[in-house]
Amino acid sequence: MEIGVFTVSDVTRNPLTGETPTEGERIKAAVAIAKKVEEIGMDVYATGEHHNPPFYASSPTTLLGYIAAQTERITLSTSTTLITTNDPVKIAEDFATLQHLADGRVDLILGRGNTAPVYPWFGKNQQDSVELTIENYNLLRQLWDNDVVNWDGKYRTPLRNFTSTPRPLGGVPPFVWHGSIRTPEVAEIAAYFGDGFFANNIFWPKEHYQQLIGLYRERYAHYGHGTADQAIVGLGGQFFMARKSQDAVKEFRPFFDNAPVYGHGPTMESFMDQTPLTVGSPQEVIEKTLSFQEFFGDYQRQLFLIDHAGLPLKTVLNQLDLFGELVLPELRAEFAKRRPAHVPDGPVRAKQKVGAAAG
Amino acid sequence: MTKVAVITAGLGVPSSSRMLADQLSDALNTELSLSGQNTTVDVLELRDYAVDIAQHLVTGFAPPALAAAIRNVTDADALIVVSPVFSGSYSGLFKSFFDVIDNTALEGMPVLMGATGGSARHALVLEHAMRPLFSYLRTRVVPTAVYAAPQDWGAADDDEPALEQRSRRAARELAAMLVGRPVNPSRPASDRMEPSAPFEDLLARIQAPTS
Repeated sequence: MEIGVFTVSDVTRNPLTGETPTEGERIKAAVAIAKKVEEIGMDVYATGEHHNPPFYASSPTTLLGYIAAQTERITLSTSTTLITTNDPVKIAEDFATLQHLADGRVDLILGRGNTAPVYPWFGKNQQDSVELTIENYNLLRQLWDNDVVNWDGKYRTPLRNFTSTPRPLGGVPPFVWHGSIRTPEVAEIAAYFGDGFFANNIFWPKEHYQQLIGLYRERYAHYGHGTADQAIVGLGGQFFMARKSQDAVKEFRPFFDNAPVYGHGPTMESFMDQTPLTVGSPQEVIEKTLSFQEFFGDYQRQLFLIDHAGLPLKTVLNQLDLFGELVLPELRAEFAKRRPAHVPDGPVRAKQKVGAAAG
Repeated sequence: MTKVAVITAGLGVPSSSRMLADQLSDALNTELSLSGQNTTVDVLELRDYAVDIAQHLVTGFAPPALAAAIRNVTDADALIVVSPVFSGSYSGLFKSFFDVIDNTALEGMPVLMGATGGSARHALVLEHAMRPLFSYLRTRVVPTAVYAAPQDWGAADDDEPALEQRSRRAARELAAMLVGRPVNPSRPASDRMEPSAPFEDLLARIQAPTS
């Protein structure tokens, strides 16, 4: 079981001080947070990808390359890499390069993105997003799995005798997750290739994600990668904690109430009831996180959103210290105890079915 | 058993929109019982869900009570919808409720429309504002829509009030749509996520030349 953090990279005003950090401060904060993730013994740091304010993360492999140089152990990942609007050739090249720099500590979550204008900004149509996902990922697989690629598609100029360099480290491409909040086709792609499926899990009630994960597990077994409970599942989560539950509630409420996305909407209490958010004591964070396992089955990666909504860096680092001390050891012990021996304890790509779809 | 969901966006307690909704559903009940059909009626006062609807707009998901209400609507065999006229159109609450329902969830749904207003001069709101909304949602709206102005609740013509006549005509049209035909043959059950086509078919569809 891997446990880590992911960021959406928002540059948000701190509602207590009224101050908005600069983009530079947030980028440097990302590095500090990733180093703290390693220091407290977590496993993964993942960054989002956006191409508009108020987000800073337009160049994930640049950021992750810098973090790679300052860490030794953690896996560097994305949440998500846009498979719709990025050129698959560039994804193949960037992440293979990062693999070499980070000695293989790299994987990525592919996603379609949720900002409509990004499509036209990159010369694509949002209506094509599912087709782009299918075609681009099929090409990305070929670029990583085959040394020489001849390829024709609908959305990209053809490739003749093309070799994507550098080749993946040791001939093993980065592990790929496919993230989706509503699209069964994405679960199908993940299942077909024996890749992982990541359910953001943050904003919607769990019943919704349960259906998607169920579809993915079922199809994973259908394609012969293993049993449904061996499929590779990752989940998002979100917490804010203090040693005393009521202190966490008091401290986080102004950030919640003014947060992008859900601010000025539901009360924090109803949002906690309906989504994975926990605001409370370390024990409450442990209990809620373990409830994901009860609901979605044994899974391989848990990422937490901890640095959004204008929370200052110092607070975020304190959250991580507290997590490392009081939550992480408990979670590790309990997840290990619950996981049956035949279920993988981390993301391992199933026996490849690649070639079947390669034209 | 025919499941009818009645949606009213009236804000008063009681509201004239609710009065019209009750009148329409009673009329439908009568018509359906004439053809031997039993009816269950589920009345949804949108006022009770106003905060939930606003939260759904902000967060993108329905709080549990609203989720259940939406399920009742999408699982119904027919809808009776009534809005008060605000600023020359259906009310914002009425529109917001349909905004948070998946825009394919009501395809083929038989619908009877009603509206209430402070003056008879707003009667065409039903034709110029509300009917296009339900066309967009690909519902099947009965030809007669029922508008109730203040005077409709009072003076009756000779032996039958005109509002009652219009209600009965609309209910007859809706009943005719419902009787003897399979209910919602094509609409998937709400909340059910349809599985994807197999990957190789998805890929083949992109590569096949489209005519």
